Amino acid sequence: MQMSGAQMVCEAIIAEGVKTVFGYPGGAIMHVYDEIYKQKSFEHILTRHEQAAVHAADGYARATGEVGVAMVTSGPGFTNAVTGLATAYMDSIPLVVISGQVPLSLIGTDGFQEIDAVGISRPCTKHNFLVRSIEELPRILKEAFYLARSGRPGPILVDIPKDITVETGTFKYPDRVHIPTYKPTYKGNNRQIEKAAEAIKKAKKPLLYVGGGVVLSDAYKEVRALAEKTQIPAVETLMARGVMGAKNPLLLGMVGMHGNYASNMAMSETDLIIALGARFDDRVTGKLSEFAKYADIIHVDIDPANIAKLVDVDYPIVGDVKRVLEKLLPMMDDVNPDRYRAWREILKRYDELHPQSYVDSDTEIKPQWVIERLGELVGEEAIITSDVGQHQMWAAQHYPFDRPRQWINSGGLGTMGFGFPAAIGAKRARPDKTVINITGDGSILMNVQELVTAAEYDTPVINVILNNRFLGMVRQWQTFFYEKRYSETDLSFQPDWKGLVEACGGIGYNVTTKAEFDEALKDAIEKNKVCFINVAVSRFENVLPMVPAGGALFNMMLPPKIENDKEER
Amino acid sequence: MPKNKTQNQRRVISVVVMNESSVLARVTSLFAGRGYNIESLTVAPIPDSDMSHITIETKGNARVMEQITKQLHKLIPVYKVIEHEEMVEKEMVLAKFPIAENLSNIAALASAYNGGIVNVGKEMVVVQVADEPKRVRHFIEAAQRYNPCEIVRSGVVAMER
Repeated sequence: MQMSGAQMVCEAIIAEGVKTVFGYPGGAIMHVYDEIYKQKSFEHILTRHEQAAVHAADGYARATGEVGVAMVTSGPGFTNAVTGLATAYMDSIPLVVISGQVPLSLIGTDGFQEIDAVGISRPCTKHNFLVRSIEELPRILKEAFYLARSGRPGPILVDIPKDITVETGTFKYPDRVHIPTYKPTYKGNNRQIEKAAEAIKKAKKPLLYVGGGVVLSDAYKEVRALAEKTQIPAVETLMARGVMGAKNPLLLGMVGMHGNYASNMAMSETDLIIALGARFDDRVTGKLSEFAKYADIIHVDIDPANIAKLVDVDYPIVGDVKRVLEKLLPMMDDVNPDRYRAWREILKRYDELHPQSYVDSDTEIKPQWVIERLGELVGEEAIITSDVGQHQMWAAQHYPFDRPRQWINSGGLGTMGFGFPAAIGAKRARPDKTVINITGDGSILMNVQELVTAAEYDTPVINVILNNRFLGMVRQWQTFFYEKRYSETDLSFQPDWKGLVEACGGIGYNVTTKAEFDEALKDAIEKNKVCFINVAVSRFENVLPMVPAGGALFNMMLPPKIENDKEER
Repeated sequence: MPKNKTQNQRRVISVVVMNESSVLARVTSLFAGRGYNIESLTVAPIPDSDMSHITIETKGNARVMEQITKQLHKLIPVYKVIEHEEMVEKEMVLAKFPIAENLSNIAALASAYNGGIVNVGKEMVVVQVADEPKRVRHFIEAAQRYNPCEIVRSGVVAMER
């Protein structure tokens, strides 16, 4: 069929079954927007900034597991999208981002709104394409979607010069791709899996180290089954919250810099780490030379480059976690769960010694209380997104996540301003769910213009602002490591939050008591509009436990104990 | 893998890639972005195919080498990465000498290193040598006494034994 390049872009989006595209038009992408205007198969959400468009597509992808699509123009449109690409890249999120480019004849001439998009995005995309002729456009679009979702997922950029969107050519969307250089390994090596099974049977203190790859591979049922069958305890990374389920007695908690005591001690004392879709990030391991000194390591990952990147691995298994566990599970039939009973009891005592706790207050609202209260009020039902900082860690520590894809946050890149647009994307994908962005008074201002988007498209995202009038996480480091020199972290000068959100068509709540919080949340859910719940929380609360950067995982700064604290008063 | 995991070693990595635009940039920016060294680099298309051969001479310990190999493999247009201790390696060098120097000595030196005089002009003579990288270095040292005014090395090409 003969059609223009712009039509081909729309036809490919339709063929891939995409229902929502997020974007922002401009000169070089105008022909594509003209075709979007003419079609009815997918909706387009006009965000108010290109960064937010990519984050929204990212939130959409994380909430559903499908490929998110964003569209931007050349030059500044593209450069604004870079943070979004990098965010998705670090967390392996499948995205296709389509950017306009100046016409082929102008490329390399420093034309108006020209920038080398493939050059800039090379280190923060899984792959990228500069389309050089109309003939290759259908193939590239097909490959882009395929590359985004296959293997270790990631964002793909397709940069299309304006003249190619105008030109006409023959369109036949390929049924399959043929990339001889790209063959991801899904099926784990049988021999290796057998060896790993033997190691598990011989271990005395094994530990499941569950990472975000389990979410991406949709393997949470298999992971839960493995834990259930063997009674091996588990720790989750920040990206894996929800995989085991908060009520699972085998879940110790989150591991790493802000992990709980039992999880970090388990990681330090285990004799066999069973790493599933986790990548031994520095925020998880702490000081590498002190990390899991007594452990052999089984590492299951679809990306061979993740294996033995930072730690030596005894049982490497390259493959999709789900497929590998499907093979491993029957091999566990003869494991006697009693074998690990003593180990479980040690860990239980660790947890009783230093549980994940905080000291509540009657006079002010503690940020951790807000998270716990949210968990009680909306719990399993809601999708929770977050920005980056103290509120993110409190949410990860205290919210009772019950299923994968319930928790959406920027773990790898740590992008402030991610939470709100990601929540918009998640809400478009899952309109049946209550979507709550847990944010801070620092982060929310980094994409606050999206209030207009959410209001325009009736996308009722609830933003719970844990407002301590500080750039809290940096302030915490200044308290601990910079002798309380609060350099540029005091955010006491604040906007009128209620006025701000109402000026953009939403609702604002200022909350200073626990009762007000309950009322505000109830009202926000009923009113079903985008809103700010601005909660004044105690200013100097710290995220604990904390492993100081570069320190060993077992050297934690611990929260004050509840009974001790009462005595001190 | 060599026994010593931390010691820096010279290695030659052979990369077969799709011959498409910006593939070289992908390879080199991977090295730059992840802080790996490139000592020398050669690129040429493989005859009768749509592939190219990139030969990279690099330095690093065993872990770094393993990461380089894996990261290269992860690039979409990379077809094959060959990293072996046993490689046949050759490098070519062109050297330009003033014609006033002792030409028969220069010719004898070049032929000792598997080469000879390839061009004679009014004022200059150009010599070509193709040999193992180590021997090429020896040739360059030995050539210094004839006051070379220019030396151009090709970088290493390599093939599995």
